[in-house]
Amino acid sequence: MERHLTLEESYGYDRKTLEYIRKAAAHGLYEIRGMGAKRKLPNFDDLVFLGASMSRYALEGYREKCVTRTLLGTRFAKKPVELEIPITIAGMSFGALSANVKEALGRAATEVGTSTTTGDGGMTQEERQSSKTLIYQCLPSRYGFNPDDVRRADAIEVVIGQGAKPGGGGMLLGQKVSARVAGMRTLPAGVDQRSACRHPDWTGPDDLAIKIQELREMTDWEKPIYVKVGATRTFNDVKLAVHSGADVVVVDGMQGGTAATQTCFIEHIGIPTLAALRQAVEALEDLDMKGKVQLIISGGIRSGPDVAKALAMGADAVAIGQGVMIALGCNGDTYRQNGQNISAVADYNALGAAPGYCHHCHTGQCPVGITTQDEILEQRLEPAIGAKRLKNYLKTLNMELTTIARACGKQNVHHLEREDLAALTLEAAAMANVPLAGTNWVPGRTGGI
Amino acid sequence: MENLTFDLSETPVNTLNHYLHHEAPKGGARKIIVTHPDGAHNIAVGLDCPVEVEILGHVGYYAGGMNKAARIVIEGSAGTGVGENMMSGTVHVRGFASNGAGASAHGGLLIIDGDAGLRCGISLKGGDIVVGGSVGSFSAFMAQAGRMVICGDAGDALGDSLYEAVLYVKGNIKSLGADARIEPLADADIAAVSNLLQQAGMDHAPRDFKRVASKRELYHWNADANQEY
Repeated sequence: MERHLTLEESYGYDRKTLEYIRKAAAHGLYEIRGMGAKRKLPNFDDLVFLGASMSRYALEGYREKCVTRTLLGTRFAKKPVELEIPITIAGMSFGALSANVKEALGRAATEVGTSTTTGDGGMTQEERQSSKTLIYQCLPSRYGFNPDDVRRADAIEVVIGQGAKPGGGGMLLGQKVSARVAGMRTLPAGVDQRSACRHPDWTGPDDLAIKIQELREMTDWEKPIYVKVGATRTFNDVKLAVHSGADVVVVDGMQGGTAATQTCFIEHIGIPTLAALRQAVEALEDLDMKGKVQLIISGGIRSGPDVAKALAMGADAVAIGQGVMIALGCNGDTYRQNGQNISAVADYNALGAAPGYCHHCHTGQCPVGITTQDEILEQRLEPAIGAKRLKNYLKTLNMELTTIARACGKQNVHHLEREDLAALTLEAAAMANVPLAGTNWVPGRTGGI
Repeated sequence: MENLTFDLSETPVNTLNHYLHHEAPKGGARKIIVTHPDGAHNIAVGLDCPVEVEILGHVGYYAGGMNKAARIVIEGSAGTGVGENMMSGTVHVRGFASNGAGASAHGGLLIIDGDAGLRCGISLKGGDIVVGGSVGSFSAFMAQAGRMVICGDAGDALGDSLYEAVLYVKGNIKSLGADARIEPLADADIAAVSNLLQQAGMDHAPRDFKRVASKRELYHWNADANQEY
C-alpha cells in the first residue's frame, strides 16, 4: 500500500516559529539583528494620488517650476535650517557605520542641499567637514556628546526614541567597538555596548523643556532643536514635544531601521509610519501648531512617491536611513573597489545570509563595507562612489516628488495635501485618515459613502 | 575691571549667559557675581573660558552645565543636573544638589558640600565628583570613567552597570547595583582620594573609604547572567 506524507503546516507553529523556539532553547538569548521590521505592514504603497484632471489644473512636468525648498526650525531658532529638498538623511552613528560611509553621506547631502545627522557616539571630523548642514544628536547615552560639537552643529536633535526600538537604548556589539569607536564613547574597546534608554539628566516633558532651554542658552538661541520620538503614543508624544519647546518634531515609525537591536523590539514594539504620521499631524493641528513646528517623518520612506505621500499627509520633510544604505550598496551582490566590481556573495553566505536578505549589520562583517569598523571591509565602500550613488538616489526621489506634485497641480511640494490622496485598503484608509478610493469613507470617522 | 555683578531679579539669565559666552573670554572682569538667582534654570551653561563665576543663592536645573575651564561656585543649593556633561573646570555647590548631579561629565571637578539626590554621577565619562554628604539611589549608574568620592552614605544600586569609573564611599552602601563590587584599597586609591578631598577642601581619612568598581561581568553578552540585563 502506498504511503503519503501529510505535511500540514501549523499556522501558529509555522517553520519560522519552530526555528525561533529552537534557537531560544539552544542559546538562552534573544536574537539581535539590524535593519527594520520585515513583517507586512500598511504603508505608503497603500495610498495613491488623485492627479489633476477636470477639477484640478496640472502643471507642465518639464517646464513649470515646483519649489522644494524646506525651512526647519522657524519656531524659536534664530538660524533655522534651510534645505534645498525636503528629504534628509536620518541619524546613523559612526560605529554602526564606517567613517567612509559617514563621509559619503555628508558629501551627498551637501551636493543635493540637504542635511545629514550624527548618531549615538558623537560627531566625527569626516562628517562635520563633508556636511554643509549637520544635525547633532543628543542621545540618552551621551556618548561623545560635548559642547564644542554642540556649537559646531547646525541643529540639535534630542533623541527620545527610535522607531525600531521605542523604549530601548542603542546597541553596538563588541566586534564594532574598535579603538576609535571606543575612544569616542569612553568605553573599553570590544565591549558589547548597550546604551541607556533614558536620558541621564531629565525624566519627563517638564524637565525636557528646561533641557531644551539649556541647549538654546548654550547656543545663544541660534540653533533649531529637534525632538525625535519612536512611534508609539504619537498623538500625545508630539503634543508633549511641542509643549517642551521643540522647533521640529521627528517621528520615526516602526519600519525604521537600526544597526542592532532585539528582533522582538523591531517586530513588536511601535506602530507603522502611516499611523504615526496621521497622529503626529493631528496633534499639531489640535495645538494649532501646524506649520509653526515642523514635522519630519521617517521609517520606511523608500521612494519619491513615499516622500510625496508623506508630505501630502502633513509632514514638512522626511528622513531616510535604510534607503540611503541600500543606495550605497547595502544588500547588493557586488562592491566596487579600485575600479572593479567584486562579488560579495561568499561573504554574505559566510554570515548565513545572501544579497537581498541580509540584516547582519550587528556583526560588523558587512560584505559591502557599510556597517563595519573592520579596516579591510570598510575599504569596500569608497566615499566618492558612495556619495555619487546616494546623490543619484536623492535626486531621483526629488524628481519623482516634483513630478507628482505637478501632476496634482502644485507649484510647491509643500502644497500637497491630504485631499490629494486616496487609500487602496481599509487598513491604510483607517490609519492614514484618507478615504478609501472611490468613496469618501474613512473607517473610524462618521459619514457615508 | 575687577568684578562684574548680574542681578537676576533685574536681568534675564539669557543676558548673563550671552556675556559669559562672548565677553568673558575677552578678559575684563576678574569675577562674575550673580545675585538673586532664586532658582533660575540654566545659569552659566556652556562656558568656554577660565572665568570665575560666583552665584549667591540657590539655582535651578543645569547650573554650570557643559562647563569648560570656568570655575563656578554656587553659594546655595542646586537643582537637577548641576555640572552635567562638564568637560573641565570646577563647579562647587556649597549646599545640596538635586538629581543627576554631574551626569555624563567628561572632565573637571564637581564638588557638592552637602548631599546629592538620585543618580549622582550617572553616565560619568571622566569627570571627578566629590560629595561631602550622602548620595541617593542609582548613583554612578553606567558610569564609564572618572571618580566619585562620597563622604557620607550611598543609596540603592550604587554603581549599577559600571564600566571603568571608580567610586569611593566612606559611609554605608545600601546596596550595590549589577556588576559592581567592593575591592581592596590600593595605595593609588588612597592617593587619589586624598588628592580629591584636598581639592574639595574636605577633611577625611582616605583609608576610611571603600573602593567600588566593576566586576566586568556584563561587558559581554552572557546567557548565564539571568535577568542582569
